[in-house]
Amino acid sequence: MNEWIEGIVALFLLLGSLFALVGALGLYRLPDFFMRLHGPTKATTLGVGGMVIASMIYFGARDQGLSLHELLITLFLFITAPVSAHMLAKAALQQKLRLHEKTRGRPWEQ
Amino acid sequence: MKPSRWLPHPLLSICLLVVWLLLINGFSLGHLLLGALLGWLIPLVTQVFWINPPRIRKPIKLCLFLLHVIWDILLANLQVARLILGPSSRLRPAFVEIPVQLEDELALTMLASVISLTPGTVSADLSDDRKTLLVHTLDVADEEQLVRDIKARYEAPLLEVFACSAT
Repeated sequence: MNEWIEGIVALFLLLGSLFALVGALGLYRLPDFFMRLHGPTKATTLGVGGMVIASMIYFGARDQGLSLHELLITLFLFITAPVSAHMLAKAALQQKLRLHEKTRGRPWEQ
Repeated sequence: MKPSRWLPHPLLSICLLVVWLLLINGFSLGHLLLGALLGWLIPLVTQVFWINPPRIRKPIKLCLFLLHVIWDILLANLQVARLILGPSSRLRPAFVEIPVQLEDELALTMLASVISLTPGTVSADLSDDRKTLLVHTLDVADEEQLVRDIKARYEAPLLEVFACSAT
């Protein structure tokens, strides 16, 4: 395989890993539960996206054809990530988890 | 395409066919036929479980909206990455209530999902009367502005696409 393609694949893999790392850091660093939700729901989308693009380029170049089934990973991730975040947030509201003291606005009672 | 008794969800059938071809990761007449068969059979067998799907009035508008959302997701990733790596004492988290006009279940789900995927917001709860969405934001300066942004950027296009009556 051409060095250029290998370089591009490596670049996308690094970029993807970097964003996955940032998402994990967010989960670790942010002060309260609701803020922690933001890291994994967003930063990881680009993390997975970078790896998916790397995979598409790699297998596309190796097999001399178009490799598109990686797109399904993105599709399923876009469908499932908001749902799991929503369920986690609902559970946290139910449990009345401690909020960071600077949080403005209060969740309602139902 | 009009839904009929033997083809209850034409759009779903097409989606299933495309997903099947993507799963196989190849294109041949055999798989096209098999995918078409599955796309026809699965909606037919499961049609009792389906809620009434909304009519999509403007498919092109929906595609444009989805492209716009994907672009926003890219920006959201960069923004959230910056917020996470910056000092966390500077963050201004808040719960914001957003009044929604959408009534259809699928359209509401799409709005909530889009809110969760885009800049610094996660939809946390929907009120029992389905009129208000509770959203948690990571860093917001002006709640009013955020509500206006979300309504203009995401709700208005969805209202147009699904042609719900704006009450």
